[in-house]
Amino acid sequence: MSKEDYETIIGLEVHCELSTKTKIFCSCPTEFGAAPNTHTCPICMGMPGTLPVLNEKVVEYAVKAGLATNCEISRNSKNDRKNYFYPDLPKAYQISQFDQPLCEHGYVEIDKEDGSKKKIRLTRIHIEEDAGKLNHDEFGGGSLVDLNRAGVPLIEIVSEPDLRSSEEVDKYLKKLKSIFEYIEVSDCKMQEGSLRADVNVSVRKKGETKLGTRTEMKNMNSFRSITRAIEYEVERQIDVIEDGGVIEQETLRWDEVSGKTFSMRDKEDAQDYRYFPDPDLVAIKLSEEYIQKVKESLPELPESRKQRYLNDYKLSEKDANLITSSKYLSDLFEEASKICNNPKAVNNWIISDISRILNETEMEPIEIPFDSKQLGKLVILIDNGTISSSIGKKVLIELFENPRDPEEIIKEKGWIQISDEGAIKEVVLKILKANPQSVADYKGGKDKALGFLVGQAMKETKGQANPKMLNQMFIEELKK
Amino acid sequence: MDITELTVHELQEKLKSKEITITQITKSYIDRINEKETDVQAFVTTLTDEAMEQAKEIQNKLEEGEIKGEFAGIPIGIKDNMCTKGVKTTCSSKMLENFVAPYSATVIEKLDKENIINLGKLNMDEFAMGGSTEYSYFKKTKNPWNLNKVPGGSSGGSAAAVAANLVPWALGSDTGGSIRQPASFCGVVGLKPTYGLVSRYGLVAFASSLDQIGPITKDVRDCAMLLNLIVGHDEKDTTSVERPKVDYTKSLKNDIKGLKIGVPKEFFTEGINEEVKDALEKSIEKYKELGAEIEEFSLDIAKYSLATYYIIGCAEASSNLGRFDGIRYTYRTPEFKSLKELYKKSRSEGFGDEVKRRIILGTYVLSSGYYDAYYKKAQQVRTLVMNEFNKGFEKYDIILTPTSPTVAFDIGSKTNNPLEMYLADICTVSVNIAGLPGISIPCGVDKEGMPIGMQLIGNKFCEETILNAAYTFEQAIKFRENYKPEFKK
Repeated sequence: MSKEDYETIIGLEVHCELSTKTKIFCSCPTEFGAAPNTHTCPICMGMPGTLPVLNEKVVEYAVKAGLATNCEISRNSKNDRKNYFYPDLPKAYQISQFDQPLCEHGYVEIDKEDGSKKKIRLTRIHIEEDAGKLNHDEFGGGSLVDLNRAGVPLIEIVSEPDLRSSEEVDKYLKKLKSIFEYIEVSDCKMQEGSLRADVNVSVRKKGETKLGTRTEMKNMNSFRSITRAIEYEVERQIDVIEDGGVIEQETLRWDEVSGKTFSMRDKEDAQDYRYFPDPDLVAIKLSEEYIQKVKESLPELPESRKQRYLNDYKLSEKDANLITSSKYLSDLFEEASKICNNPKAVNNWIISDISRILNETEMEPIEIPFDSKQLGKLVILIDNGTISSSIGKKVLIELFENPRDPEEIIKEKGWIQISDEGAIKEVVLKILKANPQSVADYKGGKDKALGFLVGQAMKETKGQANPKMLNQMFIEELKK
Repeated sequence: MDITELTVHELQEKLKSKEITITQITKSYIDRINEKETDVQAFVTTLTDEAMEQAKEIQNKLEEGEIKGEFAGIPIGIKDNMCTKGVKTTCSSKMLENFVAPYSATVIEKLDKENIINLGKLNMDEFAMGGSTEYSYFKKTKNPWNLNKVPGGSSGGSAAAVAANLVPWALGSDTGGSIRQPASFCGVVGLKPTYGLVSRYGLVAFASSLDQIGPITKDVRDCAMLLNLIVGHDEKDTTSVERPKVDYTKSLKNDIKGLKIGVPKEFFTEGINEEVKDALEKSIEKYKELGAEIEEFSLDIAKYSLATYYIIGCAEASSNLGRFDGIRYTYRTPEFKSLKELYKKSRSEGFGDEVKRRIILGTYVLSSGYYDAYYKKAQQVRTLVMNEFNKGFEKYDIILTPTSPTVAFDIGSKTNNPLEMYLADICTVSVNIAGLPGISIPCGVDKEGMPIGMQLIGNKFCEETILNAAYTFEQAIKFRENYKPEFKK
């Protein structure tokens, strides 16, 4: 049998750091990047005698996430202890939720190639605390524990095994990321580890209804690795089966360098987490009024924004998808459009130049250094003829490098468009004189030659000449 | 006058009338500790020098009028499982032999605010697991009434120190009887408050759903006063309860006419020592004389309490004690080749046998496949125990039982028989299971002169009722005037 005879089944457990100001059970800051163990206190360090106090914002954010992903919100929920030993886990248990998660039975929709939508069901969303971080050999020998991250709030989003390919997984993750950005519960910065996924993969022969044995790849934190790892693992599993072997249920480690998965631990070491209700915390009871209030506080979600862009701004499906994939892009688009009153132009900037720069620099939209005002102003300056669009591209690069008022940039750089008729005429005459062949070509019926001449004039003026005026002036002079 | 003989309310009177000074009080206790501590072995850490310093400072501040307060300068002793900033908190374990907490427990902060002076940290069974204080890693505390007997436990150091006048009063903690049983063995007063009345923040957890901090004192008035100082909702402990403030000393009315007392017959049958039984029966007669209405009833479910207690308590302990792993502030084995070995050896060497026994038991009952049969079932029984008590309190104001089926036993007589040791908790554990308040007060002595304790159990947050009943009884039998610890060797 060939690969085409197999079906891939994927389920994800996504861990997403919530962007609350303080940790889940103490008042330490959650901010990323501080010196080791400076964002800690006796509580998140698991000192004897300390007790957790649940941060209400964490519950609110998780409920928001649940509502935005069509989940049922549990009126009665609780925290449980997941017991295991590891040096990054100072209490030797993680406070999580076991059998009564805050949110259950939700779904998100992803767009399929053919334009239809597919529902990916969510089993549950629960809240839990993050563990600390081990630094291996970073400060001399041995491993050192940094507990800054210990107690940072997470939600874990568990999907049903509804995903069928790495492409679907990619779309699903991007969808989750954009939803969480929109409702402002997480900044989903993957390189800071605020979005991580455990990926469960199995394969079965098409037509088979029973699920195959799955393997799990833990703590994946880039879209690219996830896609690559799934593709590798699917192939590996099919090879094993085709060779008459059986898939072992195990946890695998994805190695980015070799592009392979490796077995992490054997079954003998299978963990028994001895979950039980945390007696230090009282049950979480949510009233109808509370849930209603959170529901009302939800902002517009990407799907609805997209519809609006299609209808009101007449964007293409593709552009609307790209812009709404990120709240930051979408906000940038809307606000800049308001300022310059030219959504088409703003759209063009975002889908072409801005997206390209983001891709090239591996920057996430949230990291765009300039604001909507500056982008709006850039569009205005082009629209009113102060600069040409080619100068506009240079201004954009400046905005990425050292964001400031575009007007200031062009003044400082001397990029103001030449719209003075005398000056333009001077350039036009100079170019015509220097390129007799092109003049002859044009007159001989080759319209293309005009473009060349305009280009030369632009070059001469370092792109500052008003292109419309140049065009007109050339045509006039060539007629003479 | 021997200052250390006085109760705290007596000390307050003498301070008020300027018969004594704060420095005199602390000095007297330090002298007493120097004289008797070698016999009693109640302290893990003494803070005599620090205490004297502090006493002088407080004395000055009082004279300058910088501070006021009726408790300023009164000394206290603290069970060594409550975190005290800057002072070792060992839980009487090798594991925490050198642990100095960077913060103070909420109860300690409350005492500090009153300018109460900490005389030292008191011995206990390791991690509060035990009923004789013999499971301390450091030393065996002796019963001041007879130095060959145990003081009870786990707050044995606290009870012995109060009985031996090494401290005027002390804080203990009670998970299954750890305040009441040693109070009973040492002839002093011990109260376990309703679960949630006192903040547990800073109390090194044994079993989170059962632990409560409470007073161990010479008499019931002191008990009410110390309770006043430590109660209250704490933002840092979400299981602590918000309640209107009351003055517990106001409940001491010396009048219990019409009080309805239920006596559960199951507590007077199996395994109870005859002399204890006699003393309790006499006490019941005394209550009748004082105007109480006594009725026998059945609290059948109580017989399941011990098993329930050991399942829930050990389960929670197995998780709570996970953090003592050799990584940070604990004992760490000197040699190890892997992380797993570091864990195994540090925990094997750092914990004593009883603690290990309970961790193993607790780990077992939480294991997948056994959870439903043990832990879940125990939680269900727990609900039944609560219901049964609730029914009792529909009829009675107070439930009266012995605190322990026996008086203090000989040192070394039960250490090799954990099950027998567990039976010492039989009368007290159901109170923790149900989250109720219970007080133990002395009600007599046996032929050998060892004190016998009576337990009064109240409905949730009805500390005032049991305090008044205890006070009225105490006023009637005048135990302290008739009996004193003799330090028999």
